[in-house]
Amino acid sequence: MTAVRQVDVLVVGAGPAGLAAAARLAAAGAGRVEVLEREARPGGAPRHCAHGGFGTWTRPLTGPRYARLLTAAAERAGAVIRTRTTVLDWGLGAVSGANVLLTVGPGGPEALAARAVVLATGARERPRAARLVPGTRPAGVYTTGELQRAVHLFGQHIGTRAVVVGAQDVSYAAARTVRTAGAEVVALVTEHPRARTGPARARSARLVRGIPLLTDTTVTELLGHGRLSGVRVRHRDGRTTVLPCDTVVFTGDFVPDHELARRGALDLDPGTRGPAVHPALHTTRPGVFAAGNLLHAVEPAGTAAREGAGAAGAVLDHLAGAPWPRPGIPVTVEPPLCRITPNLLDPDRLDPDRLGPGCPGAPSHLLRTDTPLSRPVLYVRQDGRLLHRARLGPGTAQPYRTLRLDTSWHGRVDPAGGEVRVSAG
Amino acid sequence: MRDPEGPLPAPTGVTAEGALPGRPYDVAIVGAGVVGCAIARRLARHPRLNVALIEARDDVGQGTSKANTAILHTGFDAVPGTLEARLVREGHARLTAYAAESGILVEPVGALLVAWDEEQLAALPRLAAKAAANSYDAARALGRAELYAREPHLGPGALGALHIPGESVICPWTTILAYATQAVRAGVDLHLNTEVRQAAWDDGHRLHTSRGVLRARHLVNAAGLGADTLDRRLGRDDFTVTPRRGQLLVFDKFARPLVRHILLPVPTALGKGVLVAPTVYGNVLLGPTAEDLDDKRATGTTAEGIALLRERGRRILPALIEEEVTAVYAGLRAATGQEDYRIAAHPERSYVTVGGIRSTGLTASLAIAEHVTALLAGTGLDLGPGSDLEPVRMPNLGEAFPRPHQRPELIAADPAYGTLVCHCERVSLGEIRDALAGPVPPRGPDGLRRRTRAGAGRCQGFYCGAELRELLERRGRGERA
Ligand SMILES: Cc1cc2nc3c(=O)[nH]c(=O)nc-3n(C[C@H](O)[C@H](O)[C@H](O)COP(=O)(O)OP(=O)(O)OC[C@H]3O[C@@H](n4cnc5c(N)ncnc54)[C@H](O)[C@@H]3O)c2cc1C
Repeated sequence: MTAVRQVDVLVVGAGPAGLAAAARLAAAGAGRVEVLEREARPGGAPRHCAHGGFGTWTRPLTGPRYARLLTAAAERAGAVIRTRTTVLDWGLGAVSGANVLLTVGPGGPEALAARAVVLATGARERPRAARLVPGTRPAGVYTTGELQRAVHLFGQHIGTRAVVVGAQDVSYAAARTVRTAGAEVVALVTEHPRARTGPARARSARLVRGIPLLTDTTVTELLGHGRLSGVRVRHRDGRTTVLPCDTVVFTGDFVPDHELARRGALDLDPGTRGPAVHPALHTTRPGVFAAGNLLHAVEPAGTAAREGAGAAGAVLDHLAGAPWPRPGIPVTVEPPLCRITPNLLDPDRLDPDRLGPGCPGAPSHLLRTDTPLSRPVLYVRQDGRLLHRARLGPGTAQPYRTLRLDTSWHGRVDPAGGEVRVSAG
Repeated sequence: MRDPEGPLPAPTGVTAEGALPGRPYDVAIVGAGVVGCAIARRLARHPRLNVALIEARDDVGQGTSKANTAILHTGFDAVPGTLEARLVREGHARLTAYAAESGILVEPVGALLVAWDEEQLAALPRLAAKAAANSYDAARALGRAELYAREPHLGPGALGALHIPGESVICPWTTILAYATQAVRAGVDLHLNTEVRQAAWDDGHRLHTSRGVLRARHLVNAAGLGADTLDRRLGRDDFTVTPRRGQLLVFDKFARPLVRHILLPVPTALGKGVLVAPTVYGNVLLGPTAEDLDDKRATGTTAEGIALLRERGRRILPALIEEEVTAVYAGLRAATGQEDYRIAAHPERSYVTVGGIRSTGLTASLAIAEHVTALLAGTGLDLGPGSDLEPVRMPNLGEAFPRPHQRPELIAADPAYGTLVCHCERVSLGEIRDALAGPVPPRGPDGLRRRTRAGAGRCQGFYCGAELRELLERRGRGERA
């Protein structure tokens, strides 16, 4: 067996969450901080998002620029980024109390023991097969991620006529990439009654670029032998039609890349399918933290980066000997709310002043709704008892936007009680 | 060997474009499925023979062979006394030995025929007797408690099972490639993209193909779903192939711990029914459906088929349905309305038809090849002297044995084996490069996937699709991966 090398912190994944965590940790003197990344370059998903929408309001950036900035910051702080290094699995704790990661790269296998591990493995889109879309298996079927890599990282030719499945932010990004590659967007198709993106964006695509949006419409079959020849769609009213095309992009429907988390026997949250985490991003495996889109597919890169930076604080506490939280009390949502993070509370740490998920001064839970809610009110209950009521302000809560719920009610949670349920009214 | 810029030598004996050789072959085999490839390999043992293997598609095994349930059958449930029963039994023994020698993945997990009601339970002794009639004596009845001890995730309500310890799961792709590789190395010409459109007889065969005329003294019709059509072109009308579609779902590797055996239903009049089986790659397979169609190209899946599979799967292994699906596919079996193979020699036209190789062709392939070779000799083919072929060693794609990225000595010698390109299936650059430079190279992403598993995993190309395509295109331009 390979000898075990000891470091202080291992960060898995060099996306915004991992890089931000590493930068903060290295700067705070956490010791040897290594970021392990299986891709050839650090930066995560933004690397192939060759469009704006990253950075801050005051400093807007394209995805690749943002990726380079985060990488430089982590390196400057003294973190070691090792690319082409895949974390395969967890080793048996050779060093007592430590988590051991088994990795492989061009230099061979390695076993690394760390006093703390931060999982930041991100998210990916569910492909056609996982969505159980029937039909033939022709060439020309993409996810946004594959499409963006093909076009922006490899300059590959895609087809000439593409149907984009989905109408959320990422779907519009996919449509743009299709056009950049010189192909035509036949239509955006969504099973929902309206686009799940800001109205300006939807209007601009439809009116300025002339891309039709088919709502209440499902892709029911892929057609064509060898190369895609079309997709069959069905409208909610039963009408079906074939859209001729040679390319189809399945967009959105993100799932956390939770393979390593599952292999490590971390508890997963059924709503997010990512690891269940406490407010300071402790997972249910001592010594292991999680941040970024691994927790909640999919939030903007800035959110992922803030979580990474926020987790760093808890990692430092852990390195200094702070006790690991108890598995404790689950926080769940009721439909039409579909997920919430953080989703665990430690009965021993219900102090409302503790900082939450990486947002200094603004601790909160992140939630999503499945259907638009006008002027929503969130209710927090435990065992039927109302703990908190939060009006989310004027306007409509949209499925494509994150809702935030502050943590002021944590102190009212009964440490001996059951799960906490959040509903919308 | 590893000059990164140098052009690759053209693989000898494999063509996919251009004119076909003008000289007549001693034998032409039409159809490079698992059966055609096995026959080509068998004939390659006779160095004096000039053999051509011709295939309409751009790769070997693109028909029924690529989309089956990947089980190495014992033949316990064959119709006793048929040719199929004998060839499956012999084929099982031959392929088991061949797999061990060539590195083809086989996992001897055993099968359980699970009875879900009293009627099925009552049928088990009859099935055990049938197994015995097929010279398979290891079948054993299991009670309810023992069944659940062996398969703790089985859905509620099973009453008992018949255990068939000899059933195994196998890698169908490596099998076909091992045959084709050995055949090509031993001098067989493999002509891809060569569809036979007309056939004429003039003291020898003249096949009019999409790439011109190919002449051969003897012919083997191993055209799978097209065997009846080709037979008619050759002047015979003995049977009709009815495609019987089987749709299948492949579940994520996280489902693998849910099942330990091949879980077979008790067969009914409607066929063998839906099974759940581990795959050698560490996934779980659910299927197939059985739908008689008349379109031989209807390899698409349907919403109804998927729904039916999920319903069946939920009963057999409820937790399975909670896991992600990584692939959905359909294959067509060549049913002929008779419960046996349709293998026949036609000495007057110097040819042999290998038809109706339904769902057992993978298991029986080596025995079929032996049988067909004897029949060819009976049509007047002089095989000449024979010798053993150079053994072949296939790369391991399975989970039960160390993969290249798990072998430090290999990575130390060549870092490309530690450089993962396909993250989900953990396929290294070294393996991809080897496949691209192999004797029967892939011609696209599908072929590469079947040789290496690259792109076959849960992300279906989200991460690696573009890079794999880049590597293929570089190879196409004559550069090394
Ligand atoms: C098409 C598209 C468009 C987008 N547009 C925008 C936008 O306009 N604005 C915006 O703010 N956000 C956008 N996003 C979202 C943004 O990219 C994500 O929020 C952000 O990348 C999440 O960061 P992360 O660190 O959680 O995950 P990632 O960026 O996915 O990083 C995870 C990293 O972990 C690595 N990894 C995983 N497993 C292992 C392992 N076992 N071993 C080693 N390494 C591993 C991966 O290779 C990856 O590099 C977009 C995303 C996509 C896909």
